[in-house]
Amino acid sequence: VQRSPLIPEMATQEVQLNETLAHLKTESETLKSKLEEERAKLHDVELHQVAEKVEGLGQFVMKTRRTLKGHGNKVLCMDWCKDKRRIVSSSQDGKVIVWDAFTTNKEHAVTMPCTWVMACAYAPSGCAVACGGLDNKCSVYPLSLDKNENLAAKKKSVAMHTNYLSACSFTNSDMQILTSSGDGTCALWDVESGQLLQSFHGHAADVLCLDLAPSETGNTFVSGGCDKKANVWDMRSGQCIQSFETHESDINSVRYYPSGDAFASGSDDATCRLYDLRADREVAIYSKESIIFGVSSVDFSLSGRLLFGGYNDYTINVWDVLKGTRVSILFGHENRVSTLRVSPDGTAFSTGSWDHTLRVCDDCYFFIGIKYNQNLCTFNFTPCAPDKPPLSLTATHLPKYSNLKKHIYRST
Amino acid sequence: MLLAIIRDTRSKLAMLLSFCFQLEAIVVEMQSGVKGSEQKLNVTTIPHVVAGNDIIAWIANKMKTTVEEAQTFGTMLVAYCYIYPLQNHKKLVMCNDASLYRFQTPYFWPTQKWVAEDSDYAIYLAKRNIRKKGMLEPYEQVHYNHLHEWLNHKWDFIVMQATEQYKAGKERKKPDRVVLDCQERAYWIVNRPPVSVCYTNIFYQQAIMRSKVKSSVSLGALVKYVTTYKNHDPFLAPCLPSNPWQTDNDTYWNLNMRRVEVPTKSRVERWSFSFFELLSDLRGRDDFKIFLKREFSGENLAFWEAAEELKLGTASSMSTKAESIFKTFLAPGAPRWINIDGRTMGLTVKGLDHPHRYVLEAAQTHVFLLMKKDTFFRYLKSPVYKEIQKKAITPEPHNFSPAQLEQNAQNRSAGIHPIILWQQEEEENAKAAAASAPVDVKAMMSKIDRKK
Repeated sequence: VQRSPLIPEMATQEVQLNETLAHLKTESETLKSKLEEERAKLHDVELHQVAEKVEGLGQFVMKTRRTLKGHGNKVLCMDWCKDKRRIVSSSQDGKVIVWDAFTTNKEHAVTMPCTWVMACAYAPSGCAVACGGLDNKCSVYPLSLDKNENLAAKKKSVAMHTNYLSACSFTNSDMQILTSSGDGTCALWDVESGQLLQSFHGHAADVLCLDLAPSETGNTFVSGGCDKKANVWDMRSGQCIQSFETHESDINSVRYYPSGDAFASGSDDATCRLYDLRADREVAIYSKESIIFGVSSVDFSLSGRLLFGGYNDYTINVWDVLKGTRVSILFGHENRVSTLRVSPDGTAFSTGSWDHTLRVCDDCYFFIGIKYNQNLCTFNFTPCAPDKPPLSLTATHLPKYSNLKKHIYRST
Repeated sequence: MLLAIIRDTRSKLAMLLSFCFQLEAIVVEMQSGVKGSEQKLNVTTIPHVVAGNDIIAWIANKMKTTVEEAQTFGTMLVAYCYIYPLQNHKKLVMCNDASLYRFQTPYFWPTQKWVAEDSDYAIYLAKRNIRKKGMLEPYEQVHYNHLHEWLNHKWDFIVMQATEQYKAGKERKKPDRVVLDCQERAYWIVNRPPVSVCYTNIFYQQAIMRSKVKSSVSLGALVKYVTTYKNHDPFLAPCLPSNPWQTDNDTYWNLNMRRVEVPTKSRVERWSFSFFELLSDLRGRDDFKIFLKREFSGENLAFWEAAEELKLGTASSMSTKAESIFKTFLAPGAPRWINIDGRTMGLTVKGLDHPHRYVLEAAQTHVFLLMKKDTFFRYLKSPVYKEIQKKAITPEPHNFSPAQLEQNAQNRSAGIHPIILWQQEEEENAKAAAASAPVDVKAMMSKIDRKK
């Protein structure tokens, strides 16, 4: 369609402007395809090919070991304490509860001045918790040994966003908190003064989740948002250093692989994906035709072999990260699973749900075949399906550990 | 609270409608309640300007809330385009000071126009183009270009409307024109927020230059990690003596506490997987320190720990920590002087003039790599490590009968509260710091003199 501007000078102005913009745009397209080219050059193998020589896992049977009841409304978030047994959880009715999940005792309860407490985190020392949500803030509550003490009195307001707080996490100390918000930014705060140390801009919509890298440098974190992007950030400079946009909908959860060289994401598009940071690309998609509801939360087992996903269809699916297959599905919650975290020593995982409860789950395992390594005193176990009969072992194989034989074949 | 946000985007609009009407009722009340005045902005005098602190005071009084909550509410009013700032127009927050604001004309309220139409935005940008002779901001230029393509079929109409509006604007009195411009600009800042789209090209360039690794190499590393940790993953291999969640017996946790005398063999094996593992497990770090003491090379780790404390500590403690680190590790003749290359030392010392959180980053990385590539491997071959490997225990697996398991379930141990553990840790750290502090020779000498 030929344009016919009414004012001649506007025509030349328009042409000039369009030339600059056209140039910018073509440059953008060229760079984008060059980046794809570079990435493709190094893509010499698929994950499942590399994983061919790895032993298969068989099916897992997971069991709920604890059910924590006490919230009066939807559980939105939870986090483990470093002591491997305590949990902090937050819910829609504004309550934040600290539990000893092992004994199921409620140890502390705080009522926030707002509803929809979407984020909560346990401090590394175990002496405080942080939480926030619709109040657009992240507040830190120091915990106390005195059960009668009113925790709200010592509350410290740390972060201040211009929209809801979606996630928060302490760094390796009690003194700094990283937050993400519906205002499209992430921010790093000094707890003591409430000072903003660094802000991270780059998402084009709400940021829903974040996770700090477990690496030795400890200076990066990943965030996921409603713009379908997962961004990796440098905490010192505030720059986005890597970005991945392959999901088809909001990214609800991101979690680093234990080595720090990769991360997984869970999205409303019903898939979980694995991104390799060194190769700078997506390397696996965990999905099934029968799974059509979004993933709210993901986490890895200690070795990184298993990926646990909490879904909006009330189930938990467990994936074999290397082979890409599903190894277990757990039912039990009566509403959508909103949050899922593996415990710090990997002995169990906990889920929180809109059915007002939290569950701590574990697997029952059966093993056949043992190799006793005399030098290191370690055992190599091969998990097997519950229906396979166990082999019998002779005493010569296990000189000292005859009880071990009995332990292995028992289902727990 | 009015702002019940639901993440489901389809419901967002419905929710917006219901709470916007409530907001609007409050804004109407506010307009008569908060005192406005004429203010001079650049050269023009603008009527009906209000100060941020006045608005916040009104809200706090009206809703019987704290100043903090009133400020948050005020910020929401700005974010949703009911009030706009006159200075600093891009920062959509309500400040509790003398910052100037104006009420947005109802024409621009969110409920009036559901979707800020693309064609309206195109007309607005085209009009700005005419007035400012092509000086749109970078993000606006990108929007303009996109709209030009997208709405090309009605570009004649858009240009015509823009010209008409421009002409009509010229006929108005200057103060009215300035006010309308402010209102319009505020409206579009909310509905077409600035996005750093032009930084995309820079980002692509950096991404291309960033070193990448072949898939076979990086995926191989992922597989290797899984294989290495296979026997340590409680979902893949049993915990010894038993997984506390399964048997309700927490011996496993007690055997793996921070300060056990004798660690488990499994734990000691994990220290050998990487230097990061050894350092992350504080019990492993203790053992490493024993080795370093025998080698008289503890200063590197001490420096690394001090640098971590600086990085992760409170903002207020930074300068004192930086000073103490300089005196102990970096100053010429320092008691625990670390041996790093001249260039890094120079940069670090210079940076300490104006200490910030990451001032020791270069030195810390250098020291870390030194320990990782050399000291760590010597530790693994050392008698210290071999000794702890021999001492380490492999617990006998539990073999509870169903009756015993029931008993366990009744008697779950409460363990030690993390607060108590942390207090104990602080005491231990204080003792260790006192024990390893460099000896103050002068004080010692004067002590000896006084005794004489």
